[in-house]
This record gives sequence, structure tokens and C-alpha cells, in this order.
Amino acid sequence: MNIDQIMVIVISILGIGFTYWFFLGKKDKEVEVSGSVDIIVDGGYTPEVISIPKGKTTKLTFIRKDPTACLEEIVLGDFKIRKQLPLNQKVEIDLSPVKSGEFTYTCGMGMYHGKIIVK
Amino acid sequence: MEQNKKTFAIKGIHCASCVAIIEGSLKKVDGISSAIVNLATEKATVTYDPSKVTDEKLSSAISNVGYIALLDEEVKTEDEEQKEKLKDLRSLRTKVIISLGLGALILWGAFPGLMETSPMILRNFWVQFILATPVQFWAGFTFYRAALSAIKHRTANMDTLVVIGTTVAYAYSVFVILFPHLVQKIGIEPMPYFDTTVIIIGLILLGRYFEAKAKAGTSEAIKKLIGLQAKTARVMRDGKEIDLPISEVIIGDIIRVRPGEKIPVDGIIIEGESSIDESMITGESIPTDKTKGDVVVGATMNKTGTFTFKATKIGGETMLAQIIKLVQEAQGSKAPIQRLADLVSSYFVPVVIMLAILTFAIWYIFGPAPTLLFAILNTVAVLIIACPCAMGLATPTAIMVGTGKGAEHGILIKDAESLEIAHKINTIIFDKTGTLTKGEPEVTDIVSIDKTISSDELLKLAGSIEKGSEHSLAEAIVKKAEEEKLILIKVEKFQAIPGHGVEGFIDGKRIVFGNKRLMDKEGIDISSALSGITEMENNGKTVMMIGRENKLIGFIAVADIIKESAREGLIALQKLGIETVMITGDNQRTANAIGQKLGIARILAEVLPDQKEKEVRKIQAEGKVVAMVGDGINDAPALAAADVGIAMGSGTDVAIEAADITLINKDLRSVAAAIVLSKKTMRTIRQNLFWAFGYNVILIPVAMGALYPLFHILLNPIFASVAMATSSISVVGNSLWLKKKNIV
Repeated sequence: MNIDQIMVIVISILGIGFTYWFFLGKKDKEVEVSGSVDIIVDGGYTPEVISIPKGKTTKLTFIRKDPTACLEEIVLGDFKIRKQLPLNQKVEIDLSPVKSGEFTYTCGMGMYHGKIIVK
Repeated sequence: MEQNKKTFAIKGIHCASCVAIIEGSLKKVDGISSAIVNLATEKATVTYDPSKVTDEKLSSAISNVGYIALLDEEVKTEDEEQKEKLKDLRSLRTKVIISLGLGALILWGAFPGLMETSPMILRNFWVQFILATPVQFWAGFTFYRAALSAIKHRTANMDTLVVIGTTVAYAYSVFVILFPHLVQKIGIEPMPYFDTTVIIIGLILLGRYFEAKAKAGTSEAIKKLIGLQAKTARVMRDGKEIDLPISEVIIGDIIRVRPGEKIPVDGIIIEGESSIDESMITGESIPTDKTKGDVVVGATMNKTGTFTFKATKIGGETMLAQIIKLVQEAQGSKAPIQRLADLVSSYFVPVVIMLAILTFAIWYIFGPAPTLLFAILNTVAVLIIACPCAMGLATPTAIMVGTGKGAEHGILIKDAESLEIAHKINTIIFDKTGTLTKGEPEVTDIVSIDKTISSDELLKLAGSIEKGSEHSLAEAIVKKAEEEKLILIKVEKFQAIPGHGVEGFIDGKRIVFGNKRLMDKEGIDISSALSGITEMENNGKTVMMIGRENKLIGFIAVADIIKESAREGLIALQKLGIETVMITGDNQRTANAIGQKLGIARILAEVLPDQKEKEVRKIQAEGKVVAMVGDGINDAPALAAADVGIAMGSGTDVAIEAADITLINKDLRSVAAAIVLSKKTMRTIRQNLFWAFGYNVILIPVAMGALYPLFHILLNPIFASVAMATSSISVVGNSLWLKKKNIV
């Protein structure tokens, strides 16, 4: 085996490992929310993971700053909400969860994810 | 003190300190009680006393600290959003045309067999470079932008794949034209691949263009519903008729509607009559005649007469608003079948990137010469062929079209889950009264025994004597007499005999009207009519006899009439292979009679209202998937217990809590239609998912070169982009196809 082939093997293994770590190995940082929160939509959701109290109303305000068509809708399937997010406009969603648990929210095509933890 | 609230945009905000500066400046203005500036939206929201604060003051407070207030800029309306979308589509189209145009030129100058016919200039690599670069970075900017912002969140998407794929091809091509000797040295002919990258970008943008257009079609139903809303109402205020925007109508307003006008809000007719087309709400194509006391629904069309009505429901309370809300909720909900697709798509892109790296390594090490070229081309093909969008679009687009189509036919589905379960239903329990029957008894037979008395006269006598009674059967008889325009006669010495009937004197003659027990009590011989009476009773009718001067002169049968749509509705269900069951509080004989007429074999009679839920659970325990059809009011627990609760709409309330599906058209044929809709939607979803998964599972390995060892087949990256673009369009297209399918 030539030196270049060995290098390709090493770099590929590193590349695969890096891809795995970078995209799939990230730890979700949970933001505790009471009352209301602004979620910026730009290549994903910031904050991505929020925890909200059960039985109370929490106002989520989505603001889309990213023109990607993928992000133009927000879907909170467990709460039966699908909304258009016009660019640079606030879209408010009130949640009054009655069940605790983890609920994901996604873009219209299910490519971008966020999580709502109801405690 | 009066307080106004205003939100407006501010130009020039770029950091958090700007926010503090502007808020500080605004709060100093006398009369402003609160000022909040949002960095993300670049907008300020101010609460102020309008007698003290003017627009000029607001504007100067902001310009004093170096920013510009855009006070006149209105919040974007639906229309403007639409315009913006169209603008986006147009710019996308321009990019597609330019990319594919330049791509075609490059291809002409680079494609073996074709390049010989091209002008020399196009065969120059540097010219190709100049043509390719704007496509890569201008038309492709949207991919770079999306990929970069996703990377910041450590997520990867479709754009990430396109960016890596095309950048690799572009960078290799630039390297080739910069250092052709180096490439030649390792045994590769120095050929750039600008055509590949440009055409890939062009085709993927083209795919997006069609996808965006098609996706707009999936939410058409909601747009149509919103568009039904009337804009103005002709309201009586202070004795005058004025045209008001619908948002200013209040409950209790008296509104006039003329022929050909839309009814603005829900209400009750107080004067006049007309024929009203409710097809846009209920799907029922035959206009309904309405008169004083009848309920009218906003957004329906007044056809012939002029009438005035009192507004009872406005704004978000109207039936149309409730329908829109329900459909929106259903379209936002997730079908259980989608879970797998969601799980896969959250790992999909990173996995594809890893596969692409693997492809590169395998081809570089084990592939035929020139290994580097094969490795690069196949890696690009893997990145480009992968299509996560098709998976993400498979279920929601079909659910959106399915629920929208339901709404058009007066079938409101609460959520995607209900739509999904409905296709598995194999047993349907119908509540009898008010669901299969009209719930109001009607006169069905008038039989005269005495030849000298006509049936009209008999009805006149019965109607007259029953006028004073409060029994529900009496109501049916009096109503019938009024319908026949008979003039009722005054009754003397009227008396009700509980459990038997009534008696009184008409024209000096003693009349008795009631059941067999009354006749026995009076000693009236009914043997001559007994066979006819028994037959009617066996048919589920209630028979009342009329005696004059101790002699039977005739009898009248009353029954709860079966709805016109019931028979057809049940046949449609039986055709679908669904068992039908009837549940009722009636006695066995009446229940059997009705069951027989409708062709229902399984009858649950003498069931008390609170026992219905138990009966539903019993049938579920037999392993059946059960739907319960009822009015949603008395039988709410039974509806909730069933796998799918179907409520017949009542009045202007559509949001029946216990129901998974509400039939606002009150048509029993819609039960079968709802199940057919569910079956067709589920089939579309399965086709979509099969296609989306199958596509990726088969074509990614092909792009990796799985067929090369045996058949020497490789996937050209350009074909990969064609396949990718078609894949998501075909999924959306298949969902749209659902619109064309028949459900009734």
C-alpha cells in the first residue's frame, strides 16, 4: 500500500469520526423558560432545547432570520400547530401543556429539530 | 387614561447597546409608559397616551439618538406575504434559467461528441471557469448560506450535501486548470468538471422551484376557506343601514342580507326568508330554504330572498373560523406513521456524509485508474443523489391535502392520527335517535275506518284535540295538520289521561284519542283494524286510535323518520366490508323494525345513555376497530371511548370535543366518504414513504458504485441531480394527486 493510500484511509477515518462527533454527538443545552421565550430561526433554532412548566401558558416567539425555504414552517406536531414563519417577523405561539414529557418541534420537512421539555 | 400601543420598525439597529439607547430615549418622552425594542425583529413596541404623544415625537426621540423610525410601515398582510413568495419564486426562476443556460454552454464545449460542434471559445477551460463561477457562488449562494447557518448549529441538511458535492467538483476543476501538469503527472487527463457542478446547481434549483409551486397547492384548502370570509356587513345602527367591515360587527347586530350576497357572520333570521347555498361550508350542493328562527352560517351565499338576521357569533367564534382552526390544527398534527421518517431524517444527512467519505476512500484505494477521478466523481454522486426532503415531505403533504379535501366535503378531521386510524375501522356503531333518524317523530300513516270520514278530516280531528296536549307525539300530529293547512276546531272539556291519551268534545261529539289501553278503557272495539295496527307497530311505528261517540273511526301512526342519507350511507359502508351496529334506548321490537329497514343486522336495544360507552368497549374487546357515530352531545363518552368518534354536526358548533371527525353536512354518506378518504390518504402516504425510502436505499449504493464490479455501471453526478430533483417533486405531486381522487 502506498503512502497516499494510507493517508486517505487515516483521513477518511478521521473524517467519518469527526462527522459523527460534530453532527450526532452534540449535547443539547437545555434552556429553562418561564413565561416567554424568543426563538431565533437561523440554520436551526436558538435556543434549541427549552423546558417549560406544565399547566402554565408559555409564549414562544419565533423569529425567522434565515431565508432557507426549509425553515419557512414550524411544526409542533404534538400540539397540533403548523405555522408559516414570514422572514424577520415575530410569530407567537402559546403553549399550555397538560402532559409532561419531551416533545420535538421541527421545520416543515422534519429536517431541523428542537425540543420542548415539559416539567 | 387612554393608552395606545404601537409597533414599528427601526432602521439602523445592529447591537444590544442600540436597544438600550433607543429604549432610554423613548422612555424619556412624556406620555410613554413603556418602550420595548426587539433586536431580532428590529422593532419597537411603545405604550403611550395618545393625547400627549404624537408620531412626530416618537420619530424625533429615535432620530435624536441616531436611528430612523419607520412609523408608517404596516405589518405585512397575507397578501404581501403572498407577493413576497411570488417574488422569491421569480428570483428562483431567474437563477434556474441563468444556471441552466450557462450550464448548457459549458456542456456544449465540454461533452465528448458534442464539443466538436461547439465554437472554439467554449472549449477553453478558462472561459468555462468564468461561466461557472457566478453559478457556483451567486445562484448557489442560497445553498452556502443555509449550509453555513446549519453548521453553526451543528446540524446538516440537504444544502450541506449540495454544498459539499458541488464545491468538491468545482474545486477539483479549478485545480485542474491551474495545475494541469500536476494532474497529468498522476495519470489523469486534465479535464475540468464545471459542467457537472453548474448543471447540478441548476437542476436542484429547478427542483426547488417546482417543489415550491407544488407545495403551495397542498395548503390551498385553507386559503380557499380563508377566502370565503365576507369583507363587509350591512348593519342596522341607529336606525340606519351602514356597511361595516366585518371586524366591527358585534354580537346582537341586526344585519340585512340581499339576494346574491354573502352572509357575513353566524346568526338567527329574524325577518324574511330565503334559499341559502351552504355548499362552501357543508359540501351539500342543494340550497336550503330558511325562514324566521333558522340559523344562518357566515360565508354561505344568500340566493333568492332578502332577510335580516341577528348576529350570534362573530370573529373566531363563527363556524367558518372554527372550521379553519380545526383544519389548521389537523394539518399541524403528526401522523404516527411519520415517526419512522422523522427518526431516519434526523440521522440521514450525517450518515450520507460519512458514506460519501467512505466512497472516496474505497474508490481511491481499490478503484481502477485514475483512482482520484473516480473517487471524486462517485463521492459527488453520493452527496447529490441523497434526498432527505422526499422523506420529510412524504407524510405531511398527504395529510394536508387529505384534511383539506375532507373539509371541502364537510368532513372535518381533528388530527392526523384520527385520519390514520380511520382506515383500519371495521365496525361502526350508530346511535339511532338523531343520527340514523331525524330525532323528531313525524306522522307516517293516517287510516280512516269510517268511509264517511276522509283522512284529512281525521287528521283535523286529531290535530284539534291534540292541540292542548304537550306530548311529543301530539306535536307531530299538530305539525302535520298545520302543514296540510287544516283549520283546527275548538275543543271543549279537553282532558289529558296520562299514559292513555286525550279526550274532549268537538262539535258536541265526544272524541277520544290515544293508545290501545285507552280504547279498552272506553270499551271501543278495535278488532276490525287490529291487523293493520299490529303491522305498523311491527314496523317500529307508534299507533294512536281515534274514537268518536264510542266508535273507532281511524288511527294515525307516528314514527321517528329515517334520514334520507341513512340507507345509502349504510350500503356504502357495507360495500367497504364494514360491519354496522345500531345502538338505541328503544325497545327491541321498534329497534328491530328500524334495523331491518336499514339492513343493520346487529342491534343493541334498550341501552341506557350511560351504558353506551360500555357497549363500545365490549365490541372493542372482540378485537374490532370501532367507530362510533353520534350527535356528540348525549353520547360524548361513547364517542371518546371509540377508536374514532364521529359526530354529526349540530347548529353552528363544529368543535365537538369528543369527536375525532365531525360531519358538518350531517350526511350519513359522509361516514363512508371519511373512511375512503382515510384509506386513500394512507395509501398515498405509504406510496410516498416507499418511494422516498426506496429511492435512497437503492440509489445511494448505486452512486457508491455497488453495480460497478458486476456491470460497470456508475452514476453520473448530473443524472444524480436529475433523480434528486424529481424525487421530491414526485412525492409532492403524488400528494396533490389525492385531490383528484373520488371519495364519494
